[in-house]
Amino acid sequence: MSESTNPSPPLLRVRNLSTGFETPRGLLWAVDGVSFDLDQGRTMGVVGESGSGKSVLVRTVMNLLAANAVVPDDGEVLFRGRNVRDLDAIEERHFWGTEMAMVFQDPMTSLNPVKRIGRQLTESIRFHLGLDDDAATERALELMNQVGIPEPKKRLRQYPHELSGGMRQRVVIAIALSCSPKLLIADEPTTALDVTVQRQILDLLGRIQRETDMAMILITHDLGVVASYTDEIAVMYGGQIVEHAATSDLFEDLAHPYTEALLASIPRIDLPSHARLQAIGGRPPDMVAPPPGCRFAPRCAYRTDECEAAIPELISVADRMHTCRCIRPLVSHRDVAEAVVAPNRPGSS
Amino acid sequence: MSAPGRSDAVIAGRLPLNHRSGLFGAGLLVAGLVLTWVSLMRLDASAGFIKYILVAVALGAVFQGLKLVSKWIFGPLFDLGLWLSALWISLLVLIAVFADLLPLRESRDVSQALQAPIRQRPNLFSSHPLGTDAQGLDILGGLVYGARVSLIVGFGAVLIGITVGLTVGLAAGYYRGKLESAVSFLTDSMLAFPPLILLLAMVAVLSPTVANVTVALAVISVPTYIRLARANTLAFAQREFVLSARLLGERNPAIISRELLPNVLLPVVSFSFVIIAVFIVTEASLSFLGLSISRPNPTWGNMIAAGETRLNDHPHAVAVPGVALFLTVFSFNRIGDRARKMWDPREAKL
Repeated sequence: MSESTNPSPPLLRVRNLSTGFETPRGLLWAVDGVSFDLDQGRTMGVVGESGSGKSVLVRTVMNLLAANAVVPDDGEVLFRGRNVRDLDAIEERHFWGTEMAMVFQDPMTSLNPVKRIGRQLTESIRFHLGLDDDAATERALELMNQVGIPEPKKRLRQYPHELSGGMRQRVVIAIALSCSPKLLIADEPTTALDVTVQRQILDLLGRIQRETDMAMILITHDLGVVASYTDEIAVMYGGQIVEHAATSDLFEDLAHPYTEALLASIPRIDLPSHARLQAIGGRPPDMVAPPPGCRFAPRCAYRTDECEAAIPELISVADRMHTCRCIRPLVSHRDVAEAVVAPNRPGSS
Repeated sequence: MSAPGRSDAVIAGRLPLNHRSGLFGAGLLVAGLVLTWVSLMRLDASAGFIKYILVAVALGAVFQGLKLVSKWIFGPLFDLGLWLSALWISLLVLIAVFADLLPLRESRDVSQALQAPIRQRPNLFSSHPLGTDAQGLDILGGLVYGARVSLIVGFGAVLIGITVGLTVGLAAGYYRGKLESAVSFLTDSMLAFPPLILLLAMVAVLSPTVANVTVALAVISVPTYIRLARANTLAFAQREFVLSARLLGERNPAIISRELLPNVLLPVVSFSFVIIAVFIVTEASLSFLGLSISRPNPTWGNMIAAGETRLNDHPHAVAVPGVALFLTVFSFNRIGDRARKMWDPREAKL
């Protein structure tokens, strides 16, 4: 681990990571063989519908799983060259917060309703940085300014219910940033907020990410959200990454039929009102007994019998950085190889 | 007084309409008080039921007048009913605590009350303001010592219930697993058993002392408290602040006492006001049936039972403890409603 052939190993390297849960019906693979690298200062978006394994993936990366979770040993999460799964309890405690931190989905429930904001904000500062009360409060005020909370002195003495949803999420972000993590994971940070506040929170996360040069993983089910805030995007379906590319490449040359369907299902403001919304037909795969071949095949408009034979490998399309798990990717680059077949429009039996 | 009153109201930024309704309220209050005094003091028993109807109307007028005046003085959000409820409960607690220091006539020992007139009617200016019962015991004194029993039983049973229920419920909801299964099984079986029969069985076997009745009622309340505490713990234990406390290395007992307890306590306490009211009625029912503290030690229930035989010609012996019981239960329910609105997260969330 110490001597590496690569001059600068990525901040986070995930290799063949799987996570299963014991359920009454059998083992459910929520995450199935995921690999990716993330460099310092980069923002990766993870997109997928509910149940596609996004949250479980990042919880596995942070080693924050419930007791009934199963993670096979061949899966690796290397953070700065160190396997996160090998940390002992005390190392882990100092790892969370200072190395990786997380912003949760719903600021209405993530804060303790009976503790003042100040106490909750300084808790981890005092624990990790060992500051005394005055210094911790000083740092808390600084953080609150950084995340754009007006009248920080007054807010310190308030309780969560006295703050709006957007302000609460800013507090949560300040808590996550309090010990300068190298990697910030934001698990649908704006889902519980209304649209105008969503924009402010995403702008804030983007600004802080640039200022501190930390890496960020932004989880969302909204492709529109990630488009302007990420450097690269991983699209997940059925626990697997089905397409992974730089953000601009993904939108220009999307390769996987699922990505296309996901983009088509975003409501468009230029369509006449009451126009029918595009939805992806069928249901997400049953992860206790997933389909034998491509996970998306049963719902795919371009399905052939070949699709159901075996799980497609993640292959490079267009360029080396753009990978896609489909035997007939939709890329427009004709020179990529024989794998690229002109897509049949739906209706071809 | 209208000119300075008006300018005051303008300074305080209140509407002239309030000013007018305040004056109307003051008039109503005075009229009500006069009517109360006339109907209570100037009409004798021959007036019969008309007297009581007049008293009721007069008290209604007093309440409405007071409500308007208080809104005039303290602003339109002033909740007179709540403040009167709080006042009544505070008064009750005070007289129950200082009962032995009050200049009361004998209300417990018949041998000390041989000289006292029996079945005397209430007369606020006599030495027996609320009259005496069939044995010449002072009814006001009985009311005061009865309040002591009611409050000790009500508060005591609820305190025991909260202590046991919270401890067990928090542990079951946080640790889950076998502990939770066992606790759920026990509470379900206790709740399946008819509470009245369990209660009657307990007070029949135990000797009827204040302590025993308190414990018996506490036993009835414990399964409900366990379920309430467990359900709230389950909801709070999944939230991220608990996760983050765990990640910062807090031990389980510290998480339970510092993160969960303050959150679970609020709904439990607001629920308890209602339970206190229920227990005060239950204790009164038990002593009415002769199953709780018995004569000559006064409780509201056994005072009602003792006066019941002569209800026709001496209604005060039943009416006085009855009204006290009504006011107390009403007040606790009123305060409980308000507490739930303030503290229960489901109701407080806007």
